[in-house]
Amino acid sequence: MGSFFDRVTGRKRSAKSAKERLQLVLIHDRTDLTQAELEALRDDILAVISRHVDVEPDAVQIGVERDGREQRLVADIPIRSVTRRRSG
Amino acid sequence: MNAKIVTVTSGKGGVGKTTAVANIAVALASSGAKVCCIDGDIGLRNLDVVMGLENRIVYDLVDVIEGRCRLRQAMIRDKRFPELYLIPAAQTRDKSAVSPSDMIRLGDELRSEVDWVLIDSPAGIERGFKYAIAAADQVLVITNPEVSAVRDADRVIGLLEAEEKGNPSLIINRLNPSMVKNHDMLTAEDVIDLLAIRLIGVVPEDEAVVVGTNRGAPIALDAKSKAGEAFRNIAQRLQGKDVPFMDLDDQGLWARIQRMAGRK
Repeated sequence: MGSFFDRVTGRKRSAKSAKERLQLVLIHDRTDLTQAELEALRDDILAVISRHVDVEPDAVQIGVERDGREQRLVADIPIRSVTRRRSG
Repeated sequence: MNAKIVTVTSGKGGVGKTTAVANIAVALASSGAKVCCIDGDIGLRNLDVVMGLENRIVYDLVDVIEGRCRLRQAMIRDKRFPELYLIPAAQTRDKSAVSPSDMIRLGDELRSEVDWVLIDSPAGIERGFKYAIAAADQVLVITNPEVSAVRDADRVIGLLEAEEKGNPSLIINRLNPSMVKNHDMLTAEDVIDLLAIRLIGVVPEDEAVVVGTNRGAPIALDAKSKAGEAFRNIAQRLQGKDVPFMDLDDQGLWARIQRMAGRK
């Protein structure tokens, strides 16, 4: 229940939880992609890209974003800089 | 006459499909339109009791489809409006008695009889859902501002896209303004953002709905009911009128005083 007590203790209002949980579950329902499949996809993409450029594996972000009723796969893959590699 | 066929569906049960069909039908009929409702929930007939017509049933939907009666014989005339009809569901049969092509044929036959055909879909996404949407020109997806109902609505919208019954409109039913104000219920905007389809109405939670259902008198007939007003607005929007959305934030002192003074 949304009360003064919740505000003081910093507990999140339930409507916010509902929306955040639904956002995730709907992406999952619409794409039929599980978290494990997404990880596997990430590893495959990384393997292919690494053959051509040197990337920072730990900084790679691949996820599904909502755009209206469409989902898109969004990848952010930082490339390791050549100068840094030489100096290292 | 060339009726428009509208199906109300939801995925999840108990979100208000039957109530919405009864109220939109009554609202359309009160504006002078000829309306025929079809209860598509074979085996779980309910639109008859919600409309208060349960004692008049002779023939049902399956009787028409299987040729045991003529279409007109299964159309029960409403007590309140001479041009409002109900084709009840069969109670002792199951969903396998009807196919999508049966509904398309029935819909085509009804087009020349009335202005509006409203089909009450069964819950679920199986056979009953498929035949209920088969004849529809327009689909209304109804949901409650609550996680399971929204999730199921999203599934149904996806299936409608797959069946090329695209561009459904959304009814958000049973929104509780004081819970929304307390941030303990999804707002109408949240639900529209999540489902990303066009909104046709927001119906506030209203005890008068239960009272109306108890009596078999849809609350769209009750000028004082907020939910009734919301359903009347939906009927007008279906008819192409540009009706502004109601202000549901009636928790102010003045609104409370008005309500105490205006209602029993």
